[in-house]
Amino acid sequence: MVMDRGMVRRTVLAATLGAGVALGNMMPAAAQDDTIKVGILHSLSGTMAISETTLKDVMLMLIEEQNKKGGLLGKQLEAVVVDPASDWPLFAEKARELISQDKVAVVFGCWTSVSRKSVLPVFEELNSLLFYPVQYEGEESQRNIFYTGAAPNQQAIPAVDYLMDAEGVERWVLAGTDYVYPRTTNKILEAYLKAKGVAEEDIMINYTPFGHSDWQTIVSDIKAFGSAGKKTAVVSTINGDANVPFYKELGNQGIKAEDIPVVAFSVGEEELAGIDTGPLVGHLAAWNYFQSVEDPANEEFIATWKEFTGNPDRVTNDPMEAHVIGFNMWVKAVEKAGTTDPDAVIDAMIGVTVPNLTGGYSAMMPNHHITKPVLIGEIQDDGQFEVVWETPGLVPGDEWSDYLPDSKDLISDWRAPMSCGNFNVATGKCGGKGT
Amino acid sequence: MRILIQVVLATVLALAAISGAKAQDADLRDLINGLAVGGYSETEEQIAALAATGDPAVVPVLEALAEGDVYARKSDRMVFIAEKVGSTYTLTDPLTGETVDEVASGAIDKIKVNNRLRRAIRTALGALTLMSPDAGTRRAAAEAIFQSGDPDAIELIDAAIEQEQNPSIAKLMREARAAAVLNSDLSDEEKVAAIEVIKTRSGRDSLSLLIPLTEVEGPVGAAATAAVSAIEGELAMWDAAQNVWYGLSLGSVLLLAAIGLAITFGVMGVINMAHGEMVMIGAYTTFVVQEIIRSNAPWLFDSSLFIAIPLAFLVAGAVGVAIERGVIRFLYGRPLETLLATWGISLILQQAVRTIFGPTNQQVGTPSWMSGSFEIGLLQITYNRLAIIVFALIVFFLLMAFLKRTPFGLQMRAVTQNRQMASAMGIRTPWVDAMTFGLGSGIAGMAGVALSQIDNVSPNLGQSYIIDSFMVVVFGGVGNLWGTLVGAFTLGIANKFLEPYAGAVLGKILVLVFIILFIQKRPRGLFALRGRAIEA
Repeated sequence: MVMDRGMVRRTVLAATLGAGVALGNMMPAAAQDDTIKVGILHSLSGTMAISETTLKDVMLMLIEEQNKKGGLLGKQLEAVVVDPASDWPLFAEKARELISQDKVAVVFGCWTSVSRKSVLPVFEELNSLLFYPVQYEGEESQRNIFYTGAAPNQQAIPAVDYLMDAEGVERWVLAGTDYVYPRTTNKILEAYLKAKGVAEEDIMINYTPFGHSDWQTIVSDIKAFGSAGKKTAVVSTINGDANVPFYKELGNQGIKAEDIPVVAFSVGEEELAGIDTGPLVGHLAAWNYFQSVEDPANEEFIATWKEFTGNPDRVTNDPMEAHVIGFNMWVKAVEKAGTTDPDAVIDAMIGVTVPNLTGGYSAMMPNHHITKPVLIGEIQDDGQFEVVWETPGLVPGDEWSDYLPDSKDLISDWRAPMSCGNFNVATGKCGGKGT
Repeated sequence: MRILIQVVLATVLALAAISGAKAQDADLRDLINGLAVGGYSETEEQIAALAATGDPAVVPVLEALAEGDVYARKSDRMVFIAEKVGSTYTLTDPLTGETVDEVASGAIDKIKVNNRLRRAIRTALGALTLMSPDAGTRRAAAEAIFQSGDPDAIELIDAAIEQEQNPSIAKLMREARAAAVLNSDLSDEEKVAAIEVIKTRSGRDSLSLLIPLTEVEGPVGAAATAAVSAIEGELAMWDAAQNVWYGLSLGSVLLLAAIGLAITFGVMGVINMAHGEMVMIGAYTTFVVQEIIRSNAPWLFDSSLFIAIPLAFLVAGAVGVAIERGVIRFLYGRPLETLLATWGISLILQQAVRTIFGPTNQQVGTPSWMSGSFEIGLLQITYNRLAIIVFALIVFFLLMAFLKRTPFGLQMRAVTQNRQMASAMGIRTPWVDAMTFGLGSGIAGMAGVALSQIDNVSPNLGQSYIIDSFMVVVFGGVGNLWGTLVGAFTLGIANKFLEPYAGAVLGKILVLVFIILFIQKRPRGLFALRGRAIEA
């Protein structure tokens, strides 16, 4: 047979593809019986890769560690990694692929709220489990989703309380990136501050686009707002990428933490890795975990992480701890249920308690949120945080904020008789606002 | 500066150690050991007690405390200044400055400080160092007292003003005294006089002192109200100047980002979606240069950017030439395909950088000469922004000169104006194309060096500039470098005047709408090229 070069190429291509497809089809069939598959749905490319890649790595590490301990239910765990590429609709497609094609038992993933909202109907429809590890705006509770990050009452509200009590702040700048998490959080904070007697003119709200890099005007506005003779603080819900230029500008314009402290909800050890933190010492962040917390469990985790990544400079952060907690909870629930069947695991999840990395325990509550300690840390010149305050006990996550008129009557309880994510205590009916 | 202060303090400390009585030292030692007792509020009381001794010997320990370098030894709860050397800590006696011990990190507890303690320390240090022989230290001390307005410091300040020779520091001290007077319970006449002193200082921090007083009844309130309105009037004037400055600074960033595109898109007509990635490559080159300098030649750090600029030009330029030779030359005259191909290249480059360097931000340090700011009147000018404006203008004029005055510039203009004719005259047009694209990319790489100083160095760096760059080039007029210059600064200033009123989000939208309307009216931008080149 005579072939031209193009044809040869096409044939080879087709053969390779065929083999690939065949392999792809065969692998799960062979593997299905002796492994449990764990889906990892984090962006490895695009804008969110900066934050999410680390979470993929930490999941791989946890799965490897679990397999070293003998796996789960006598089977080995197998990670299935997909890349939704920071593209929200693609998150839903990839979630569908993980659940129906790869038949994963559970998915760990998402970072932004919009990606979570995008996959939510898929998990509901195909009845699978998602562990969501990032602090978020609340106002949601869904049967198939377990929220291991902080709800607003586990981060924002205690931070504001700290500033009021310890720093005597009377004037507030709420600065955020223009999307759902900052807007909802600021709405809750504004209502909370007003309830605490802060006057309208003592609150300044400012939104900036994603990736905003020219902070000169806003920083000088903050400076002007702070010169009214009252102690002023900035509550920042500025998202990842825009933070570095924001903090650089603060340093350049000489805003010191002693004068106008900035407390951030989205700035962790990873974000600080790209900045010289010398001028930022004393600015704050509120999280449920800091790498600097001295606890044997944390030290072991950090050592394992550095060994796993092969990089002694890698840092750990709060969403990573959330995945550790979520993964351990899932393992425990599966052991309790004796199966990976979604319905059984979802029921077994509630009440599961595992140690967190800061020396306490986290329990999964009926509203699918967990209990966490709230820590306030000050930035140090080595890029780490030092805890200056923490809540005396654990704070249970409150999904429906008590400070918003729409949601103050709603509660969520996924246990058997009620089984409702938005039960309205005023009307006594399931199905208030939201999903 | 810090080293100077430390040297001076060490001298002061040494003198104090010689002259000070032993018994007094023992008392001080007890006070210092007290820092380790209890929580933040106990430590704060102890700082006040140390400050009350008025003994300059306590200055080093307070400074170290503010830096977080003070530790308590677990075995005997003695407090030391500790410095981390390798994996152990060297303990220094806070009074004598002698090295006492070397311990593992487990044997000592850090005395934690928070913002409140840092403020207390700043105030305490202000009172203690007012008489320091070093002018800079005295200036900082006066500034610290102005910020704290601690009425207990009035007597100290009075004594310091008497002795002060330097008129500008004396003025600062009088202002600090006035601030302290306003917080004291002295008579109204004293306070009104103090308000007059503070009024001459202008600036935001005077406002924050005076605004609360406007609500006071009587002459103090009236004087404060008058002073506030005077200062606010002055500030309003400076605000306009500040907006222009911010606009120039934003404009220079836009100019830097767009100027390379003005070559590849403006002159060559290639819709280069990978332009932003050239900027990113320049920024990563800076990062690599700094890493090498950090590990091999730390003394070169302050000139790292000057080393990075030519390297970034070469690296980004080489990548540009490779892209032109490898992809774009097959697609001339097919804009849609060029757009898609370069978009693909941009994704490939981003992912390549992500794989090599990791997805997280890389830290690019700021050389010391680019940090900080200075003031002209009430206008605060940061050195890094000033440097970027100067750099952008230098790049622009060098490029102009290159195009107008060199043989290659001539060939380049010839090829872009009339390819056939240029070819007929013996110019190697494919070579000129490659070099032109390389030039545009190289300039983008140089922009990356500057942008690494103000933005994230991450694989996404380029994406945030690509839209703005196209906007500037289209608005300024395709094919005209002057248009790019004027376009960049116009958009920068317009944006900054809109931002305070409309907010950052709406401001950006308004600028976009304006450009769309402008392009409807003048499709070829501000400075339209005339002649046959456009029709070709």
